[in-house]
Amino acid sequence: MKTDGYNAGEHYDEMISAEGEIREHYAEFYNHLKKTSSRKMNHLQHSANQTQRSMGMTFNVYHDNQGMEKILHLDIIPRIIPNSEWQKLEAGLKQRTHALNLFLQDIYNERKILKDGIVPSELILKSKDYLEPCIGLTPPKGIWCHITGTDLVKAKDGEYYILEDNLRCPSGVSYMLESREIIKRVYPDIFNQKGVMPVSNYPTKLLRMLQNLSDKPKPVVGVLTPGIYNSAYYEHSYLALQMGVELVNGVDLIVENKRVYMQTTKGLQQIDVLYRRIDDTFLDPETFNPESMLGVPGLFEAYKAGNIALANAPGTGVADDKAVYAYVPKIIKYYLDEEPILNNVPTYLCREEKDRQYVLDNIEELVVKETNAAGGYGMLIGPKADAEEHAKFRELIKNNPTNYIAQPTLSLSTVPTLTDEGIGGRHVDLRPYILYGEEIEVIPGALTRVALKKGSLVVNSSQGGGSKDTWVLY
Amino acid sequence: MLSRVANSIYWLGRYLERAENYARFIDVNFNLMQDLPVDLKEQWHPLIAATGDLALYEKKCTGYERNQVLFFLGFDAENPNSMLSTIKNARENARIIRENLNKETWEKANELYYMMQEGLEKKVWKKEDPRPFFEKVKNQILLIYGIADSSVARIEGWYFRQLGQYLERADKTSRILDVKYHILLPADQQVGTPLDFLHWMALLKSVTAFNTYRRLYGNIESANVVEFLVLNKYFPRSIYYCIKEAEKCLHNISGNLGGGYMNSSEKAIGELRSKLEFAEVGEIIGFGLHEYLDSLQLKINAISNNVDSNFFTIRDNQNHQNQTQSQS
Repeated sequence: MKTDGYNAGEHYDEMISAEGEIREHYAEFYNHLKKTSSRKMNHLQHSANQTQRSMGMTFNVYHDNQGMEKILHLDIIPRIIPNSEWQKLEAGLKQRTHALNLFLQDIYNERKILKDGIVPSELILKSKDYLEPCIGLTPPKGIWCHITGTDLVKAKDGEYYILEDNLRCPSGVSYMLESREIIKRVYPDIFNQKGVMPVSNYPTKLLRMLQNLSDKPKPVVGVLTPGIYNSAYYEHSYLALQMGVELVNGVDLIVENKRVYMQTTKGLQQIDVLYRRIDDTFLDPETFNPESMLGVPGLFEAYKAGNIALANAPGTGVADDKAVYAYVPKIIKYYLDEEPILNNVPTYLCREEKDRQYVLDNIEELVVKETNAAGGYGMLIGPKADAEEHAKFRELIKNNPTNYIAQPTLSLSTVPTLTDEGIGGRHVDLRPYILYGEEIEVIPGALTRVALKKGSLVVNSSQGGGSKDTWVLY
Repeated sequence: MLSRVANSIYWLGRYLERAENYARFIDVNFNLMQDLPVDLKEQWHPLIAATGDLALYEKKCTGYERNQVLFFLGFDAENPNSMLSTIKNARENARIIRENLNKETWEKANELYYMMQEGLEKKVWKKEDPRPFFEKVKNQILLIYGIADSSVARIEGWYFRQLGQYLERADKTSRILDVKYHILLPADQQVGTPLDFLHWMALLKSVTAFNTYRRLYGNIESANVVEFLVLNKYFPRSIYYCIKEAEKCLHNISGNLGGGYMNSSEKAIGELRSKLEFAEVGEIIGFGLHEYLDSLQLKINAISNNVDSNFFTIRDNQNHQNQTQSQS
């Protein structure tokens, strides 16, 4: 494969330095790439695509034809992370997860951090994600976020920055697991030489963590899915299969005497733990959204009575709001009395006048995000947008300032990627997964999302992004 | 096992069997047509009549050109029983219960779906000889059975799929046999002539029964073929055999150790099984083959309805009504 022309350009490239040196942790892979013909590489890519299709590794796209299944393109060139770099990430993610859990426990109970004025009360108490029914509740073992999928990027300075804490129902872990299986077949030799840390025991760890939430010796665990038209259905069924537990829909469950039962061919069977992949407010039409057809009437009452554990706990959404994000460094300092290990991206809160004015004046250089949107929707990338869009967002911000934040445009790092014109650098982000069971554990791997279009910074699968296997080295 | 999951497994079994049988129908009719004298037009009408979708076909098409019929049976998305539709439904059910299937079964079912999509894109029904395609589809389905046979635990889910498969097969065998009733013989070629033989042979071949039949009965005679396909105790596509196996599945599901019945499905199937067990072929022919097969199909439908209400119907947790995901 021709690699001579490959360079970092104006970005931080994970394989090659600005001076054109191959980074040490990519050395063997680079040699392998050089030795392999482009015909062979394309062939390997093609068979990886075929495998994905056979596996049915699909996601459904919203705002598209109903039930439209798409394949998340898996680029066969891996993103490699050296161990030293990983150690820092791991420590930083544990710290952050720990602090955010303490924060959630606090704001739904004593509210010390609000009383001490570290985080503005109205930002939390008026948030639509602050769930009143959860006030005064302590979930089983005091854990709120059992599964977290934090988004990070590496900027031009070679440092990681946290982009988003996904504390609700982060998806994508099945791609991390399945992609690894595919990529192992693509590079049978180099895989052994490099020493890549395994991710395949994730389902085992997940199951153990879920079982830990019940005091029963043999708790019945299930994955609660909105159903086959949900964009992440593949993942729900995959995880249920890998853990060997039931995949349930809302219609399968029924609550009697504050206990939750599955409707089986042999009658009702009690269920103790639900890994729920349904949004908070759809969980129970009696407590939350009365329109929800996905949820189970009475589920929340059963949860309050301690008869069913839910992962993640309802109410976590308030802490991954993009406005709360700006306060996370202070939250870490407040609860743990430690300096944050991982960087936050400087964030301008449009709710605050000074920040808002700055955003309105400099919108061309900023990324503007809705505080409550996900999936790359409702977002403006200043430098890539035209004057008309700038004007449109200025209006949106003025009309509803609390709904927006802005951040400087980060230059995302690039990883070599197989393209029609040979190897090209494409921008990536990183989503590692963190489990909070008996202790906090970061899975040594991640979903690396890649913007397949040249120069694009949008890595979301719903908007033309692909993925890469992520190798964390021993 | 979740009622909703059991429902999907049952229908997965039915849809796969249905698709496989359609592949057989098409293959055999194709072969048969090649043996007909040149002055006799290709007969595709009986095939559609036997599937029970004649009314829908006539609403959509005029004439019985081969291409039209192959499209209708194979690839017409508006025909709920076309192979395209049933394979899509099979995959949809597999997708719903994917966590209950092993990886290979799901992957093969998924590939099967893409195989049909490819056939649709390539307009297989217009090919001079589409048989290799249908053969491939049939083999893919057999592969799924093979994988299941050697890797699926014999617990509830297995028996629900088998139950669906055997009930569907019983229905389809009755329909294949019924094709003969609909085929028109020219005026001078009456029952018992060489052309008549050809038809019976084709019919036996369509259910991979020809060689077994030969060994058991030797000459081809209509009464013997009927006896073989309806009442034979050992041939896995005979209607009696299918009903007997389906009954065993129901007993395994309920834990019935073999006495009487424990639910309405077992009662209905037990009655039908014993009727077939003690029937004589003479009675069937005396009753009228077509009429007999019709009544069999109704009884099989009734059994399926009982299975539905015994196992699949669940309480609607929103409105406290009973609901079921109805498929057919």
